[in-house]
This record gives sequence, structure tokens and C-alpha cells, in this order.
Amino acid sequence: MLYNEPHPLEVRVLTRRFGLPNSQSIDTYLATEGYVGFRKALEMPPERIIEEVKISNLRGRGGAGFPAGLKWSFVPRESPLPKYVVVNADEGEPGTCKDRVLMENDPHQLIEGMLIAARAVGAETGYIYVRGEYRYIIDTLDRAIAEAYARGYLGRNILGTGMNFDVYTHTGAGSYECGEESALLESLEGKRGQPRIRPPFPAVSGAFGCPTVLNNVETFCAVPAILRDGGAAFAALGTPRNGGTRLFALSGHINRPGVYELPMGFNLLRMIEEVGGGVRGGRKLKAVIPGGTSCPVLKAEECDVAMDFDSVAKAGSMLGSGGVIIMDETTDMVKVAVRVMRFYEHESCGWCVPCREGTIWLRKILERLDAGRGQSSDIDLIAEVSRNMLGRTFCPLGDAAAMPTISYVEKFREEFEARLPKKIPVEAPLVVV
Amino acid sequence: MERSVKLTIDGKRIEVPAGTLVINAAKAAGIEIPAFCYYEGLALQAACRMCLVEVEKTPKLLTACTLVAQDGMVVHTETPAVVQARKAMLEFLLTNHPLDCPVCDKGGECELQDMVFRYGAGESRFLEQKVHTEERQFSPLVYFDAPRCILCYRCVRICDEGLGVKALGVVHRGVYTEIGPNRGDHLECDECGMCIDICPVGALTSGRYRYKTRPWEMEHVGTVCAHCSNGCKTTLGVRNGAIIRANNRDRSGLNGEFLCIKGRFGFDFVEHPERLRTPLVRESGELKPVSWVEAIGLVARRFGEIRAAGASIGVIGSSRTTNEENYYLQKFARQVLGTNHIDHHRTGDVVALVDALAGRTGALATTGDLYRMRAALVIASDLAQQQPFLAFQLRANWRHHGLRLYAVTPGPVREDQYAVRSVRCRPGEELEAVEALRAELRNEAELVVLFGDAIQGEKVHRLVAFGDSLGIPVKYVCLVDYANSRGAADMGLLPDLLPGYRPVSEAGLAPGMTLAEMLAAPDLGALWVVGANPLARASLAAEFAFVVVQDLFLTETARRADVVLPAASAYEKNGTVTNVCGEIQQLFKALEIPGTKTDLEIFGLLARAMRADTGPAQPAKVFEEIRRTVPGYNVALPILAAGGAVPSSPLNGRVPVNWRPGLIRSARDTLFTSGSLGRYSQALNSVTEAPGELYRG
Repeated sequence: MLYNEPHPLEVRVLTRRFGLPNSQSIDTYLATEGYVGFRKALEMPPERIIEEVKISNLRGRGGAGFPAGLKWSFVPRESPLPKYVVVNADEGEPGTCKDRVLMENDPHQLIEGMLIAARAVGAETGYIYVRGEYRYIIDTLDRAIAEAYARGYLGRNILGTGMNFDVYTHTGAGSYECGEESALLESLEGKRGQPRIRPPFPAVSGAFGCPTVLNNVETFCAVPAILRDGGAAFAALGTPRNGGTRLFALSGHINRPGVYELPMGFNLLRMIEEVGGGVRGGRKLKAVIPGGTSCPVLKAEECDVAMDFDSVAKAGSMLGSGGVIIMDETTDMVKVAVRVMRFYEHESCGWCVPCREGTIWLRKILERLDAGRGQSSDIDLIAEVSRNMLGRTFCPLGDAAAMPTISYVEKFREEFEARLPKKIPVEAPLVVV
Repeated sequence: MERSVKLTIDGKRIEVPAGTLVINAAKAAGIEIPAFCYYEGLALQAACRMCLVEVEKTPKLLTACTLVAQDGMVVHTETPAVVQARKAMLEFLLTNHPLDCPVCDKGGECELQDMVFRYGAGESRFLEQKVHTEERQFSPLVYFDAPRCILCYRCVRICDEGLGVKALGVVHRGVYTEIGPNRGDHLECDECGMCIDICPVGALTSGRYRYKTRPWEMEHVGTVCAHCSNGCKTTLGVRNGAIIRANNRDRSGLNGEFLCIKGRFGFDFVEHPERLRTPLVRESGELKPVSWVEAIGLVARRFGEIRAAGASIGVIGSSRTTNEENYYLQKFARQVLGTNHIDHHRTGDVVALVDALAGRTGALATTGDLYRMRAALVIASDLAQQQPFLAFQLRANWRHHGLRLYAVTPGPVREDQYAVRSVRCRPGEELEAVEALRAELRNEAELVVLFGDAIQGEKVHRLVAFGDSLGIPVKYVCLVDYANSRGAADMGLLPDLLPGYRPVSEAGLAPGMTLAEMLAAPDLGALWVVGANPLARASLAAEFAFVVVQDLFLTETARRADVVLPAASAYEKNGTVTNVCGEIQQLFKALEIPGTKTDLEIFGLLARAMRADTGPAQPAKVFEEIRRTVPGYNVALPILAAGGAVPSSPLNGRVPVNWRPGLIRSARDTLFTSGSLGRYSQALNSVTEAPGELYRG
């Protein structure tokens, strides 16, 4: 189903089938150039497929923005071990809900993307690791997988080419941490969802210790179009080094929240004003989280920025997972910081010291401050505890908690200070005569 | 040759083998990088973040425990950034850590305390309420105090990787993460207590030791465990003449950090209320306490009379007493009592193995070989139950060097978890099953064979012949049961062999009766039992025999005695013992139980009372004699004195083997039983007996 009306400024590549009748079905898919990219890939040598993805400038849509083609090229094809294709559908970043609509509305596009990746690296098994809360999407996916088997796109001897590929869905158990790729693999293997020591990276030693291509749903969903129309065409949709389009999930104080597919490099202010219909209730824009809660916040005056990985990084934040959270002038930034930290404290897996102990400490200070029981040293302490976590945790979850917190304190310090209990001025010593 | 890399750590140029972790490279250069979760020999965690170091040309601090040394790498381990990071980690750790050091068992030997002392802040900036949970009892021996836990996962790893038990896991997440036992609310495991010792803080504590003392109030005596034949070094913590705890935290000795439940907790038999503390003499049918003078006088007089009357005297020695005592006992029996009816409870056919290996050297495996050799064959023994340290060595070998293990056993064994081949066979058909593995074993580079009492007599020769037929170097371990079982055989507590496996004919004697024959002889004049309990499973045919028993407790045998002499245990004496692999180690006296005497002292008193000259009854003097006269025992004293183990090498020639069925029988102790000592250990009796259940699926 669709949650918002499409917008005319959208460039609909991945979402082109959204809104079609029975958009999930293989018939609709095949009628709209479905599996064309895969058929093309079948004619190509594997290196050519990877080359095409490299040309497309497709960068990982999970948040880190690592070039997908480069990631695929790290998989040792000559390895005697079986290879795996794993889809990260553990969409858990607050503010992000793009993978959900991609899987709900066009599951075959994801399967086709997996098939092309499998072809590129020589994998015969694929897993879709679906966020536990998305249990209902597993039904959609399983139906699509069954259709693909029935039509010969999955299973043994696919389309008579001799290629074998099986796809399984696997449900997560409700842990944000399992969206981190190595923790996802642990969970997939039936272990506790904790990140692994890297290197080795999944491309070399991933699922069950075997070479693995692991990408976000949206990344895989972009691949059929890249193969179908060519990597250059996809690249041309975006900015240099940031190919294609991207699904942005607009939420918060905005008139038309929703998921919109826009070219990479689309201006953030324009996105808010034109695509999202402006700030709710005609209020003034105060701040924007550009890519999910793990990204540092941008003040209104910093929002004139092109939404691609490099430009947002230059502005001091991250494009992240495309979850754009808009906050108007009435927003209490201390409460935002508390809410965000509650999330990271709840989701810290407990593996390493700084994240485990830092998130709960920060949450407690922030809550105390918010309740009016802060002291002046707390504000610096929040920033310092965050910095003590930053760059020193086992996986990026600690950074995800620390970076935005630093930004709230630094950019909205006066709001934190205003929360401190009023000092009672003592003008002269009180002497009882 | 192995490739090496050159790197610089804190200005020191260091060359290390390729693949070395920076934390170890630094250690080799004498630079300590602090760490809680890193533990040599266990899987890497990188969880505690204490070992963060600065590497030039790298923007972030990196964990030295996962960083592989590279050529040209320049590492700094004490820069302001590194020290600040350590300080921050310690601050994080202390936020939810209770500051109950004054009552914590670990206070004074706590790694967290040490680190905070070095890097920590003097003041806490943590104003919030700490996360607290109640202390829990995992088992009678293991307690868990979650708030103290710093989640280094050493305990989880040692239990899984080290022991293969996997009794500890991780539950919940975030700051509420806890170590959890395998049965939800309690542990069912080996109860080895490795998790307690490996814990850097006071999170896992010992049910026997907790809240008893401060560590600095104890004297630490490194001696050898009194129980099984593996000969683990155990360090006894003694205060006011009582053993408070045992561990091997300093990783010294052949066992490193390993101890099983017996070595770590099974010392409490020493102070059991039923411990004999005075000699007893039978008067009108009942055992009555008497003085040592009276008891020794009586034994000397009766031995003299019985000898003069020409009646036979049987002597049953111990598989727990020291080499010195065993040597002295057989010498006393042969010279003073003029008897050759000497034996002990034999639990493995060491004699046949020594005979079968005649003419070759280096064919007896040491405990170190079990960690180093490329392949192992375990025959008819449940090592995890009966030879826990040997099982640990083999598993460590598999983890670190990829040991290829073959198990040929009647039932499932824990080694099945990693064995390349597990063969089940009917009891008695082990050798046939082994011989069926010939083709596979031939492909191994080398092999160490461990066999229990299922292989004895002629079968030992067949086994060695099979080993020879493989065309690869093969070493052997004959598995025996008790702390000095091997030493009892080496010291000639045998009716047909003198110390060092020399035939009694050398001394102009005829072979005497075996243990079973002594018990069955209707005309036995006297039976002298030293530290053994043969009447637990058999009866004495000679109704009127004069029976003298030296023991710690009133065992079945002692109850039949005419004179009972209260003996000191291994923890209460000096001397040497020889473990299952023939490694000699020295016992160091940790305490004294008033009223008891060591067996050697008792022999000395008897000798004097009988006006016999058998030499001074002092451990050091007797060991000197052993070194001079017993083949293979001329070992370096300084190593022993320093608490080390020295391999012995028995006689390198044929041994007249006088084997017959029933001669050799293992007591089949499990992990939680230990012959008569085990019966008097509260710790061993407090845990659930689950032999064999732990590794069944």
C-alpha cells in the first residue's frame, strides 16, 4: 500500500510500479520491464555486471554510502566456499521507512536485484533478513518468492541457464543492532545479535564464514534499473560520485509526510518546501535531522544543502538512511535529545563498554536535566561523555548515539542552559540580628 | 622460516612473527597494554576498549588486541589521547560498578581496581542511580554478582572454548546484559570454577571462599593436587592453619590456569570432622584411642613376632602417597619385614607399557606433548570425567593447532565435539576398533595414544605393535587414576618388581603375592595397608591376620584394622609425586593437622622401634637415594624446588611382566568423585552428579 500521494518532482525509478494495480505480483512486474535487467545480466560476464554497478555510482543506501560495485568486487569469486547474497531489511533507524514501501509494493524488484548480485558473485543462496516488526512483509515477500520459483526465476536451472539460486526470508527479533551488517549475520546464523570483529569483512567472510554480498534493500532495488538502462543512465540521475535517485522519508512537522524518490543531490530546503509542502502550520523551520536519528542535527540555516552523501557530510552531518525529520520552532531540543538517547540506550547491545555504559549515562543526565534537576556542569558533561564514546566503540552504534547528542548540545546549548534550575541570587549574607 | 615483521612501539624497534597481535608484540618488548577482555588463548572480543592505542597515520585509536602487527607500523601506547581513552573507559566501567571493594572477595587482586589505581580519576562524575540486581547463586560453588561484572566474557569463553561445556552465556542487552547459566536459574556443568578464577573482578565468586578472608591475609603454597593422576599444580591459600581456597591464577605449573573441581574445591577433606587425629588400637573388639608411642610400639612388636613366626606379611601401598614414602615402604617391607608381598591398587598397566617400549626413548608423552602433537587417539577413556587436565590439553591443542583427534570409546565422550573420528565399540573390543583405523592413522604426521585399563597385559603389546606399524612417531600415555599411581609403580610397590621396574630376582627374591592374592590368602599373618582401601570392595580371607592401616579416615579397611595410624594428606607434607605422564613434581607442605603424621614419619618411627636401619626418613634424603638408585629419577632438583615438573624416564629395558586377569582395574571415578578422599569432600558432595550428561547432544 501507499502512504502518500506521489509528487511531481519525484524521479520514479525504484518506485515506478508503486500505485499500479497488483504491483506486488509477478505479472505486473513482468509487464513493466521486470526481470529485464536480470536477463541482461545473464548474458554478461560477472565482471561486466560489477563494472556496470560501479559505473552507476550506486552507493549503499543503508546509511554508510559505500560504493556498491566496489563492495561486490571484494567477493573472491574463485573461493571454493559457497557464496551468499544477504539483504539487510532490518530497517530500524528512527525516521526511516523506505525499505518497507519498496518491499510492500514491489518485492520482485528486490528479488531481481538479488538475482543480479548472485549472478555477479556466483552465489546460489540468498537471505532477506527482515526486521522483526515487519513480520507482515514477510508474507508479501514469501508470496513473491513463490511466484518467482513458479515462473522459473528462482530455484534450479533458472531460465534454463544452469544458474541456481534460492531465496529465504528470515525474521529479525527486534534489535536495532542487527541492522549492523555483522550483527545481522550473527543473528542470521542463529546467534546473539552482536557485531563481529572486522576485518574480515562480509565480502570475504560473511554468512556462515563464507563470502557474502550484503546490501540494503534499496541498494538491491536499484540494481535492476542499472542493468536494464545501463549504469551511466542511473549515474546521470544524481550528482557526480552519487548516482541515481534515493528514497527520502519525510516526517515530523511537515505538511505532506511520506516517502519520495528524488534525485541524489536534491536540495533539502526545496524538499521540505516543495515536495513536503512546507513546515506544518506555517511555522518556522528550526532544525532537520537529515538521515535518521543517528545523524547530527542541522539548524535551519544549515539546511540549504544538496542531499547527497558528500554534500551533507560537508555540512557536518550524514545523509544516512534517508529519514528526514523536520522540526519546527516549537520543538524542544532537550526533549529531542532525551528521546533519541532513550532509543540508543534501549538498543545498545551491551557488547562494548563505552556504548553500553555511555548511552544509559547520557540518557540519565538528559532526563534529569529535562526534569529541571540539572546542574551547570551537566551540559559539558553530556558533550564530554559523548566524545568519550565517539570513535571508540566496537561498532557504529556508539557513534550513532554520540554524534547527534554532541550536535544538540553544541547547536542548541542555550536551550539546555535554560533548563537549569534558577539560581537564587544571594546579594548579602543573611544575618539574623 | 616464519616471516617476521618489524614495527615500532613506543620508540622501540621490535621484530615479531607475522600475524602477531600488537598487544602481544608490545608484551614481548616489555610494554604492557592493559586489557580486560583480551585473554591469551581465547577468542578475541575487543569489547572492553582498554587496549586502544594510537597508530601513526590512522585517525582513530585502534584496539591492540585485534590489530595485527604490520611492517613499518608505528604504535604509541601511552600518549595523552590513549591515557585519556583508558581513563574514560574506566569511568564508564565504574558508573554502574558497585564500589564495594572493601567487602568484595576480589579486593586486592582485582584487575579493575589495579587499572583504576593506574589510570582512574579520583572523583566520580556519575550522579545517577546505578543499575543494580541481586546477587545470584549459580551452583553450590559458583555465585554471580551481576553489578560487579564488566562483561569481558572471559568466563563465557573459557567454559565454551576451554572446557567445551558452554554452561555460561549472555542474556539481555545493553547495560542490562548479564552472564547467564545454562539452566536458566542454575548451572549444570563441570563445576570446575575456571570462570571464577578467570574473572578479572569479583563478579563470579567461589561458594567456598567468598567472604572468608582478604587475599593478603593468606599464605600461598604452590603444591600438587591430591586427587587424580594429572598432577595439576594448585596454589593453596592458607590462613591460620586452614586452607581457604585453591587456584592457579599465576598460570604456573604444567596445568597453567587449569584446575577442575577437585583441584579448586576438593581440598576440604583435610578438615572433615571425621578426620582421624589420634592412633587407634583394637581392645576387646573396639578401636580405642591410644598414644603414638603405644601404637607404634604395638605394631613394631607384632610385626617382629609375626616375622619371627614365619607367617607371611602383606603390604598394600598407596597410589596417593609420595614417591619417597612409596620407596621407603617397599624398602622397609623387603629389608625389615623380609616380605615381597607388596602391591598397590593398580589402575593402568604401566608395567606392560614400560616393557613394550623397552629399547626406545621419548615414547612416553608428557602433558606438554598433548598440547603440541598433531594427532591423538583416545582409547576407552572418558577424559573429561577421569582425566580432566589431559582433556583440557587436547582441546587446547585442537583450538590452537588443529589437533586431529580420534576417539574409540564404548560411549559418547566430550571429545566427540571436535574429534575427526569418533568410534563406538563394545567394551573389550577397543583394540579391534583401533586397528580398523590403521589406514586413517597412517596419514597422520605423528600420534599420541592415550589408553585406559581396557588395554592391559598382552593388549598393550598389541597396541604398541600397532603403533609401530603406522610408520609415524607415536607416543603413549597409560592412563592411571590417582595422584601418585604412576609413582607407586615406578617406586616398586609391586610384588615382582623393584623400584625402576627391575625384577625382584636382581635382589635375590622370588615374586610375592599380588593385592588380590594377599586378600585371598587364608594364612596371612599380617596386613599393612598404607593409604588404601582394599576392603571397600573385597574381604580379607585371613580372619586372624594382624591388620595395620595408615589413613586419613576410618575407611572400610581401617574399620577392620587392629591398629589405625592417622596419616597426613598430600597437602600436609613435602615430597615428590609423579603424574600420569611421568612428570615429577614436588609437594610443599601447606598446613599441619594436629595428631597426624606423614606416612614417611610413621615408617621412620616403626624402623626405629624395630631397630632397623632403613636410612633417614626425611623426604629430601630419601629422594636423594631415589635419584641415585631408581632409573629415570636422576632429575634436576632446582626445577622441582621451583615448583616445576620434570619428566622421568623409566628403565629402558625389558620388564618381566606377570600379568593376569583382574590385576588392573580403574576405580572409574567421575569428575565429582575421588576415591575415599572424595567421600569426605563437602564441595564434591555438594554438586549434582551428572556424569556423561553434559555432552549428550
